[in-house]
Formats: sequence, C-alpha cells, structure tokens
Amino acid sequence: MAEGPTQGGVDQVPPAAAAAGGRSVLAKREVPQEAPPRPPIVPPRRQHALGYNPRLALFFLLPALVLLGALMLYPIWYTIGRSLFDRAGDSFVGIDNYRRMFELDATRRAIRNNAIWVVSAPTLATGIGLVFAVLAERVRWQTAFKVAVFMPMAISLLAAGVIFRLVYEQDPDRGLANAVATSVVDAVRPPGELAGGRPSQPESVRSTGGGYETRRAFRPGSSVPIGLVAIPPDEIPSDAVRARSPARGGPGTLTGTVWVDFTRGGGGTPGVVDPTEQGLPGVKVEAIRAGDVAGSATTDPDGTFAVSGLDRSDSYRIALPSSNFREPYGGVTWLGPTLVTPSIIAAFLWVWIGFAMIVIGAGLAAIPREVLEAARTDGANEWQVFRRVTAPLLRPVLLVVLVTLVINVLKIFDLVFVIAPPSSQRDANVVALEMWRVSFGGARDQGLGSALSVLLFVLVVPAMIYNIRRLRADRA
Amino acid sequence: MKRFTKLTAVIAVAVLVGSVVAQASASSARPKALGGENVEVAAVWSGAEQRSFKRVLDAFEEKTGASVTYTSTSDDIASVLEPRISGGDPPDVAMLPQPGLLNDFARSGSLQPIEDVAGAQVDKNYAPIWRELGTVDGQLYGVWFKGANKSLVWYNAKVFRDAGVKAADSYDQFVQDLQTISDFGITPLSVGAANGWTLTDIFENIYLAQAGPEKYDQLARHEIPWTDESVKQALRTMGQLFQSEFLAGGTTEALQTEFPQSVQNLFSKPPKAAVEIEADFVAGTVKGDTTAKVGKDAKFFPFPAIDGGEPPVVTGGDVAVLFKDSKGGKQLIKFLASPAAAEEWASAGGYISANKNVDPSSYADSTFRRIARLLTTSTNVRFDMSDQQPSAFGATDGQGEWQIFQNFLSNPSDVDGIAQQLETAATQAYAATTG
Repeated sequence: MAEGPTQGGVDQVPPAAAAAGGRSVLAKREVPQEAPPRPPIVPPRRQHALGYNPRLALFFLLPALVLLGALMLYPIWYTIGRSLFDRAGDSFVGIDNYRRMFELDATRRAIRNNAIWVVSAPTLATGIGLVFAVLAERVRWQTAFKVAVFMPMAISLLAAGVIFRLVYEQDPDRGLANAVATSVVDAVRPPGELAGGRPSQPESVRSTGGGYETRRAFRPGSSVPIGLVAIPPDEIPSDAVRARSPARGGPGTLTGTVWVDFTRGGGGTPGVVDPTEQGLPGVKVEAIRAGDVAGSATTDPDGTFAVSGLDRSDSYRIALPSSNFREPYGGVTWLGPTLVTPSIIAAFLWVWIGFAMIVIGAGLAAIPREVLEAARTDGANEWQVFRRVTAPLLRPVLLVVLVTLVINVLKIFDLVFVIAPPSSQRDANVVALEMWRVSFGGARDQGLGSALSVLLFVLVVPAMIYNIRRLRADRA
Repeated sequence: MKRFTKLTAVIAVAVLVGSVVAQASASSARPKALGGENVEVAAVWSGAEQRSFKRVLDAFEEKTGASVTYTSTSDDIASVLEPRISGGDPPDVAMLPQPGLLNDFARSGSLQPIEDVAGAQVDKNYAPIWRELGTVDGQLYGVWFKGANKSLVWYNAKVFRDAGVKAADSYDQFVQDLQTISDFGITPLSVGAANGWTLTDIFENIYLAQAGPEKYDQLARHEIPWTDESVKQALRTMGQLFQSEFLAGGTTEALQTEFPQSVQNLFSKPPKAAVEIEADFVAGTVKGDTTAKVGKDAKFFPFPAIDGGEPPVVTGGDVAVLFKDSKGGKQLIKFLASPAAAEEWASAGGYISANKNVDPSSYADSTFRRIARLLTTSTNVRFDMSDQQPSAFGATDGQGEWQIFQNFLSNPSDVDGIAQQLETAATQAYAATTG
C-alpha cells in the first residue's frame, strides 16, 4: 500500500469498525459508486467505535489527524530514518550510529548521568514534596508556605538555570553558595594576616608545612631579617610603616624585622630592608630551640621584633608559625567534575518540589478524615497513621507525581546546558544535551544525533504507556 | 471609525506614491549601476558589530544603488545556512567565521568562485596567506573581510607600574615578569579556562613562536602527530605559565572562569590578576564589562618571541563568500575586498582588517591601529589552528583539544600523557570527517 500517513490512519479504522458491526467497511467500499448514504434515522443497536456516523466523525477528526501526522508522526518517522544514515545524510549505515552511540565515551557518560538523574531527582522531589505537604497541613501559615515553595514553578527552567549558575559561582564575591560556605568556615577558622605570603629568600628561610623557619640558628644578640613577598598590596595592615632594621638586642634578646621585601615600582634588593619597603605589624614570631618554643614576640608597626629572656649560650631558629599564613577558605567547587550533577539536581529540586507538594497536598485533602480518626481512636501514633493509613491511600497520587517527574527528568536539557560551565559540560552531560551537542554543537553529525533522540524516545515510552494505562484505568 | 480608516488609507497611498515618485526621480537624476537590485548578506554579528557592519553596507548602497538586507544568524551560522542551501534559497553573500565552513560549502558546490570578481583586489590588498586561506582546491572562494589578532598580551597598566614590570620582549622575560608580579602580591595570570578556546589560543601562539610556521601548518593538517617532539616542547613551555601560584584563583577556579570574567579579573578592585593572553576582542570586553579605559588602564604588548625566534601572529577572522551568481552579490564581494569597505568599519572601532592598503588613519583609536599594523606587517602569520581542524577535535566543549588542554591545565607536568591524548582524539576526529 503506497499511502501517506494520514491515509494509513484512516485505514486503521475499518478493522475496529468491522468488529463493531461491519457497517463502515461496506459503506467505504460502496461510496464511490453510490450516492452518499443518508444519516440513519433509527440509531443502530450497537454503537460504532467512531459514533453513529463514522465518516462525519472522521471529517471532524481530520484536522487533528493532519496536525498529529505532520507534527508528531512524520518527525518521528523521519528521525528514525535519519538515524540510519551517516553524518552528511548521503549513505545508509544501518545500525552503525546506534553501535557508535554505545561505544562513545561521551554518550556512555550521558546515559550514566541520565540514570543518576532518573533514580535520584524524581524520588527526592516526591519525597520532599510529601514531607512538605504533610507538614504544611499543620502549620498556621500554610498558604504562605505553599506559595513560597511553589513560586519557583513560575520561573522557566532556563531562568532558574541562570540563577543557579550565579549561586554556584566559585568566587565567594559573586556566588551565594560559596559566600555562605566561606563566611562560615572563615569564622570558625580565621585566615592568617599573611595569607599567600612566602619568604623572599627561600635559601635562608624554609617552609615548615604552613609556617616558615630560618635555616640557621642565631645566638641572642644577633639581628634576623625575614623578608616576605606575595602579600596582596591591599592586605598589608593599615598601621604598617616603613620597615626598619633593628638595633642588635642586648644579652638574652634576639631582634629582627619582618617586612614586605618588595619595592613598589621595582629596584629593591631581596633580603635587604630597602628605603620604601613596609614593615609587617602584628606578626607572631617564635624563637625555637630543639623543636621547642623558647620565647615569642609580636612585630611592631615597623616590622621589628625582640624576643627576650633567651639563654645567651644557646642558639635559636626564628619561626613564623603557620597561623600567620593560613589561607582563607576558597569555597566548594560546586560546578567541578565531581559535584556538578548533584548541584544541578539540587536546582531541579528547587523548581519541582513545589509541584510535588501541591499535587500531593490535593491528594491528602481528599483522604477521608474518618479513616484517620478511626486509626487514632484505635491508638495509632502519628507516625503509624502516616505509615499505615496516609501513605497507602496516597500511593496513586505519589505514582502520578513520580512518573511525571521521571518523564521530565529523562528529557532534562536546559538546566544542564545553562548551569554547567563549558569545562564541566562533559561531566554533567545527559542524553538530551549530548543529542544537541552532536547534532548542532560542533560535529554536526545529525545521524548520530537522530539515533540519540530515538534512544531518548524509547526511554520515555514506557513511562508514557504507564501513564496512559493508568488514565484508562481511572476512567473505567 | 470607518471614515478614519478610509482617510488613513488615502493618506498612506498618497505618501507611498509620493515616495515612490521621489525615489524614482532621485534615481533617475543620478543613475547607479545596481539600482533596484536586492542583495542579502548573512553574518553572525549582532549588536554593536551589526551596527558597524551596517555602515559598510550603507556605503555600498550609497555607491551602487543596490538595497542590502542584513540577516543576523546568531553564533551558529552553519545551522542557518544549511537548510537555506538545501531549500535553494541561500543569501547572496555570507560571512563565515571559520575556514572549515568555507571548505565544507565549497566542496559541496554551494559557493560561487570569485576569481573573476575579486581576484585582482585580493592580490593587490592582501598578503598571500589570505589568498591561500580563501582558496579551496585551487579556486578562490572567499575574501577575508574581518581580521583578528590573537597574539596579544593584555595587562593592567597600574599593576605593571606598581610591580615595576614592563612589556616583555621575550618569553623568558615574560615568565620572569609573572614571578615578579606574583612576588608583588597579585596572582599574575588570568585564564578563562572554562572556555577551551582560550587555551588553544595560548598553545597556538607558543607553537607558532617556537616550532615555526612550517611545522605549524603540518600540525594543523595533522601531517605530523601530536606526539611530535615539537608539540611536547611547546607543552613544556606552556606548562611554565600554568603554575598554580601564577593562576588567578588557582587551577580549580581558572577552570570555572569563563572568558568575560577572566577579563574582568584584570580590572576588578582590587585586581584579581594582571595579565591575560587573548585576542583584540578583549578591548570590547574591557569597554563593555569594566570601568577601565582601553589604552590607558588596559594596555597590550605583542606575544613575545621564544628562544630568539620571530614573534608569532595567530589570526582569525570572517570570510565573505558568494552563494548566488547575482550581480549585486558579486559587486558586494568586490566592495568588501576594497580598502574603502574596511575603512568604513575601522572608523567605527572594534575592528581590524588584514587589508594592507587600508589607510591607518582611518582606525578610530591608536590601540586598534597598532593591532592592525602587527597583523599586516608580521611575517610569521598563521590562521588559528583549532579553526582549521575538524570541529569535533578543535572546537567542541568537553572533547578534543578544548577538553585535553583543560586537563593539561590541571596537570601541567603530564606532557607525554597529554600529547598522547591529543593524538588519539585527533586521529578519531580526522577519521570521522574523511570516512
């Protein structure tokens, strides 16, 4: 039969019609020769699948069928066909694209990520939505609460993506999430005054895992210069003044200077206190003998310090403890390779929990109060009521929410596309995004792209069938 | 109500007739070669670039009497052009941002050869490399109307002054300067490594400066493998830049930083970085996204020479091609190859031309005049390598060169491993396009 899809659609009617009484098959064959049949005056005993007048029904159905064919069936058919051809669409490659799809690293990762999404996002959204719905029933401001949770549904996923892209920015000055994380961590564990600083002469001052220490030991009475560089100019304490070389200390005293060993505009000599270089006030300095702290001091505004009370016959290393140099917390790399998918799922939850909550809330409202009362009268506590009565009665609603979200998550694209920075796109990849990347993103391989969309279609179909079945069952 | 509509209609008709008559009389007063001819031109430009390009098109209309329609395709020009070509209705002229597209369209027979139209102009106005870049299988198909200079080192002038650093004239000096700026207390280098192309641009500069133009061409055509010693040497040289203490925010944050942000890092208060290696379009980002002034706060110097070689000039650009054998389209191509067209945009700013006969005084500011001079006078000019490669290897997020250079940034000591990854990805991508 060389007929178009629309014609095919019409053709599928007769078998059903035949089963229902065989009238229309006859009618259809005879129409060309005979005058159009009059509408039956007496309704036939059994109803036809398309009503009393199938031809009229078809006529009214035609626009819908044409639209359906042009916008749904033809594209599906074309995509399936296209997936059997190569990149340029010239030569037939059979199932090659499908084989390649499962061999490519990027696609396998996308499928794996999609699996993570399908398993976690709908369950989490339904679970949290359920908790919110149950709790919302008991709070006084329940409408306000529900509106607040539902609000993100009014925002398109794309806009939500842009919002969360900003929230997850690595730089705490721009990203909300890291602004919170760094404020908390830095409050608990304050960063050092000299964060980032390092000795200007690594040959005489060595690192001791966070702090620094002179390589050689000094006898009391000597003067120790400790120059530091790489201290951000705007973080030099405001009370700092020009650095000064201290006078040699008296017996039992070690003196020295801690200063910024960098002359603005260049020209300074490393290790020497040059005329314009600034002292570093408030730096904790320790004198170390055989691993033990024998004395300590804090630097003055000109960077000088004097550790007194030392044994004149011994020698000491001068150390700057690590508390001076502790780096401020840099925050979490939300959109780095490991956290990018969970971060995006969190954004998805922010949008969709409201939907789950509202639908489940409606389900809750429909549960007859008497049942709950009866359970309570029988001595069940609240948890038992929820676990044994509410939850089973809510089961159908929960399934609706879950399946709807599964379909939604399977074809997730916009959030991932917008939130993941290009460097993490590969780690955040999902099937719909990979389809776009392959078809339009650079390689322009629309054969492989079509194969991916067929895969997506096949993945969505079971959920669809389930939904349709359930709808039918509801109607029956 | 009805009266009003009738009245409006009458007025509208009167105005229309009037204007048609006026136009007819105007054109009859000064007859022009292409009066009544319609030309459609498509390009990726929008916003300020579109306005500047309109000035060029206005000049063409003024000169010839043709009327030009401009179609902005947004970034993905290929996906706009392909359906129109298969539908038999391409624009007369399009500006393609990559030589790869020029090759694709030329080989599929969608383009008109333009030797007779603009061959002489191209020879007169451009260095030979631009003719080669516009030629496919011995036929001239494109005129490189807009140029780009990707071999620039932009810097925060104040930080350089405070740190006592000047424009570097050798790569070793440059690395030493980065150390000095780091000592001064500012992480020197800003890299928008979230976008892989910023990294390929740096690699291409280093490779062209170190291995020279012949090797560069061979690597661009994959005639030598990416495991070649010259590639490894370039990677080691590049690794000197990617020390964590040189990168603004460290390695992880650099990988999360997109290009516009990387430029803003140079001029934030306090500055998060001092230096960025990128193309002339940094100037546009500085203007649009920061409070810094180009030429005063934001300056540049050419990418330095390596080991006493010649400083590199890696270029990019947009090539004008002819889809339809139309009189108007041909004239437009010819016009775009002339200095007059380039001068029109040059005076609007934000543009450089590879056309060596463009009057330098036509550039709106000294920054772009200098950038253009570097492009037209250098003898070590090559086109952006990643744009010449299959895009699966050279121009796709999350795979090929872009991804692998991001891996390299995280682990700059793994030179051999990275070279091997590049070779494997290149082999796959070339096989996919030819097979």
